[in-house]
Amino acid sequence: MENNNIIQVNNLTKEFDGLLAVDDISFNIKKGQIFAFLGPNGAGKTTTIKMLTTLLTPTSGKIVLNGYNPLEEKYEARRSFGIVFQDPSLDDELTAYENLEFHGVLYKVPKIIRKERIEQLLKFVELWDRRNDLVKHFSGGMKRRLEIARGFIHHPKILFLDEPTLGLDPQTRNHIWSYIKNLNKEENITVFFTTHYMEEADKSADEIAVIDHGEIVAKGTSEELKAETKTSSLEDAFLALTGSEIRDAEAGGIDQMRLRRRARNK
Amino acid sequence: MNTIYILWLRQLKRYFRSKPRIIGSLGQPLLFLVALGYGFGPVFQKAGEGNYIEFLAPGIISMSILFTAMFSGIEVIWDRQFGFLKATLVAPVSRFEIMIGKTIGGATVAIFQGIVVLLISFIAGFRIYNTAYLLITFLFMFLVAFLFAALGMTIASVLEDFQGFQLISNFLIMPLFFLSGALFPITGLPKIIGFVAKVNPLSYGIDGIRNSLIGISNFGFFTDFTVLFLVIVVLTAIGSYLFSKIQI
Repeated sequence: MENNNIIQVNNLTKEFDGLLAVDDISFNIKKGQIFAFLGPNGAGKTTTIKMLTTLLTPTSGKIVLNGYNPLEEKYEARRSFGIVFQDPSLDDELTAYENLEFHGVLYKVPKIIRKERIEQLLKFVELWDRRNDLVKHFSGGMKRRLEIARGFIHHPKILFLDEPTLGLDPQTRNHIWSYIKNLNKEENITVFFTTHYMEEADKSADEIAVIDHGEIVAKGTSEELKAETKTSSLEDAFLALTGSEIRDAEAGGIDQMRLRRRARNK
Repeated sequence: MNTIYILWLRQLKRYFRSKPRIIGSLGQPLLFLVALGYGFGPVFQKAGEGNYIEFLAPGIISMSILFTAMFSGIEVIWDRQFGFLKATLVAPVSRFEIMIGKTIGGATVAIFQGIVVLLISFIAGFRIYNTAYLLITFLFMFLVAFLFAALGMTIASVLEDFQGFQLISNFLIMPLFFLSGALFPITGLPKIIGFVAKVNPLSYGIDGIRNSLIGISNFGFFTDFTVLFLVIVVLTAIGSYLFSKIQI
């Protein structure tokens, strides 16, 4: 790589049946940065993450991820990142250990390293004592911690976190953020996250981008965004940038079902 | 190879951990065997067709393989709804491997189910003609199981949720079973029914299993094997294409 941008996005666009979910966005993220991607519901955050992580094919535009084009060098690009999805994505019928084992094998982590790594990660997220329990008996916070551990199983360069702390209590949120920052510092992992908790972005992010109606409306540090909008808190800056009108989350049947399920699991 | 193995293992673990599901899925074949077997037995005998339990048992074994295999294929919809599929699809493995791993996993579970029903049918009075043919029985069990697990996966690839599931159950799985030669001989049937039974791949699976267990056959091993094999090749091709097109 000739520059130290680990993620480069140029003119990225995604259209669903004539509807522009993501409209010509561009941004760069430097290696080792914690990058917050903020926006109201339905603004295009998750769609962007899905394109970055090879789950969706962009309508147009270019992505470079750790030097790879996710469309052409799928496997190299996939090996470069770990991801924690917006909604739970563990197998409830497997144990915590088995879930990590499953993903370790998918990512082709060699057996001996895999064993060590799983132990280390489970201890790190404080689930080692519960490693042989089925995930269906876990609380929402434990599941999230396990998912974060899973995201690290293959030593990724980039970690994507789509609302990693949604629906968690402040204790668990603090905990999760201390893991993430720790990993960011120790292993120089680049973190790309979305959230609706402005104080998380304010506290943790080196850089913030605000997306609304599929377009990036502002970029910069928390201080810069506040200065730009002449507001004193990031929440006010966010509201000034995106307006105070309530958005309809454009969730289909499945998303709504997931939300209900998540609410039950809490 | 490791990818296929771990996907297979997951499928097995999930199956053997849900004891109610295993027991529940044995109820239906048992009921069919007892009610139909003893109920229609005398009529069958009078019509000069011989022992109905013997004729029926291979059909019921195939039925339980069909149902289990189809359902484990369709389980992909669960994986999709509860997010697990996404986590699998962002991993650096090919979709083809994922598809094959899950299909073999579903097929293994279905074969197990078939063997349990075979054991149950012994209790109901079923007897094998020649145990040397049991290996051929297992081969046909595998073919039937693989075929319908692949079909289930193929269908699940294009379904987003369980809305369409009832439709598939009533308009695909049930007709596949009832119009297959599982319950009655497919010779001398009214034209349309006979035709449907002959294009139904399950008929060939049942024929192979029945032939290997009690030595009665319409098509012969070679035809049975060839038809099943070709359908598997075509289905796997279609299935892996559709599976590779999944966008979440």
